[in-house]
Amino acid sequence: MKTRNQMKTRISWTYLIFYGGWLLLFVIAPLLLLLWQSLNTGSGHLSLDNYGQFFTSGLYLTMAFNSVWYAFLITLVTLLISYPTAYFISQLKHQQFWLLLVILPTWINLLLKTYAFIGLLSHNGVVNSLMAGLGLGSHQLLFTNWSFMLVAAYIEIPFMILPIFNALTEIDPLLSRASQDLGASKWQTWRKVTLPLSMPGVKAGIQAVFIPSLSLFMVTRLIGGNRVITLGTAIEEHFLVTQNWGLGSTIGMILIFAMVIAMILTRDRRKS
Amino acid sequence: MSQFKWSHLYLWVVFALLYLPIGFLIVYSFNSGDVMQGWQGFSWSHYQELLGDAHLLEIVLDTLVLALLSSTLATAIGTMGALWIDRQPRELTKNFLLSLNNILLVSPDVIIGASFLILFTALGFSLGFVSVLLAHIAFSIPIVVLMVLPRLREMNQSLIAAARDLGANSWQVLSQIVLPVIFPGILAGFFMAFTYSLDDFAVTFFVTGNGFTTLSVEIYSRARQGVSLEINALSTMMFLVSLLLVLCYYLIALRPKKPAAARRRRQEANS
Repeated sequence: MKTRNQMKTRISWTYLIFYGGWLLLFVIAPLLLLLWQSLNTGSGHLSLDNYGQFFTSGLYLTMAFNSVWYAFLITLVTLLISYPTAYFISQLKHQQFWLLLVILPTWINLLLKTYAFIGLLSHNGVVNSLMAGLGLGSHQLLFTNWSFMLVAAYIEIPFMILPIFNALTEIDPLLSRASQDLGASKWQTWRKVTLPLSMPGVKAGIQAVFIPSLSLFMVTRLIGGNRVITLGTAIEEHFLVTQNWGLGSTIGMILIFAMVIAMILTRDRRKS
Repeated sequence: MSQFKWSHLYLWVVFALLYLPIGFLIVYSFNSGDVMQGWQGFSWSHYQELLGDAHLLEIVLDTLVLALLSSTLATAIGTMGALWIDRQPRELTKNFLLSLNNILLVSPDVIIGASFLILFTALGFSLGFVSVLLAHIAFSIPIVVLMVLPRLREMNQSLIAAARDLGANSWQVLSQIVLPVIFPGILAGFFMAFTYSLDDFAVTFFVTGNGFTTLSVEIYSRARQGVSLEINALSTMMFLVSLLLVLCYYLIALRPKKPAAARRRRQEANS
């Protein structure tokens, strides 16, 4: 009995050391360091100077507003495309196969997909050639807000379809049958039964898309030129280019704050 | 019936758009010209160029080694984490640990990258392969935990009780009962961690020094200088490899291993 307990404790200790060590070193410590860095202005003692600089600068406030606004638009566009897609797939016979086709693009390197759009949208690219062929003339497509939103939405679509699809397939089909038996039209059934029951999936999808959209700095650099500046781009700039870690960390804390708000707004209330 | 067709048309359009950029990359990898515009005829030249580019092939190899190593270690630590969380007697502790676990999953990539950069610098760690490896292990662990935990919850507890009654010690219970039962979750976690690592750009970009690059970082720096079709050839090959991996994964995950499982699935399908 004694040896068995010893064995059990030894295994628990191993779990604690590795997993607990990871929690401490790579989850808690980085966040504390980020907070400390944001309060550090290089003079050695803590101050709110960086926060003051952020909140009194019109440039940074506009940037933060723009970043949240673009993330909102990207999420909205993605949702509008993904909900019908998820719904129609959930009605198909070979759901798993179609779902596989949705997942497959996520297995392809993000940079490669972004890179493809450089070719598609460039000045002499396919889209411009098509438009010129249709007599619409060629336009500057790359390095615009629209192209940034298009590429971001493209990247995020699978991450919106999957949770919505999962929520839809969890709905008991008897419910919609009952609703139709009681005389509801297809539209009414969708509006009153399917949509409310699929909301957890929609919320999960919004979370999965909104938060990364705030920080897609490579897309803003490669596709948006340097015209679209988001919070993510600013953090990258301050950490890797201008080396102003203090201000970079402050923007990071603001991004975390935006993320927490987004999560509270999309929280699944049934669970909590 | 007509409404049915509209939904099919919609799906065709969405899937066409999803695959358009990928198809575009693949088609132009065979262009004999040097840019992704103006088709100039079929050629293998970019594939030959790719096979002769030792530097790029080395980066691909490094990326794969990094993904394999980091996902293996993350799977081991993540499985331990899941077992540990599952064993917590109080629901409150469990939820607290799960919230901590999920922080890295929901955090934006730039935050993870920037805070890891501060961490490695604070620890006096030099940036390079090891820092990238540690970062990849770190951000893959939570997904493994989330993949393994449901399997642990679904597990029949009387199996463990029976094993203990028959005199098994903790290690035997773990290796003979628990690990085989949760293995599908561990495998799914490993695959997810592997793809996370292969696909990551932002975190790697922050914690890699001058000495070590992964494919994503290399493509980023090349794409800023101007596009080369060699990258298209490489992406075509990588697409085929991912296609193969996904197929293997689905064969493992979906194929019923025992006749009983097949029967159960059929019954579920019929009911």
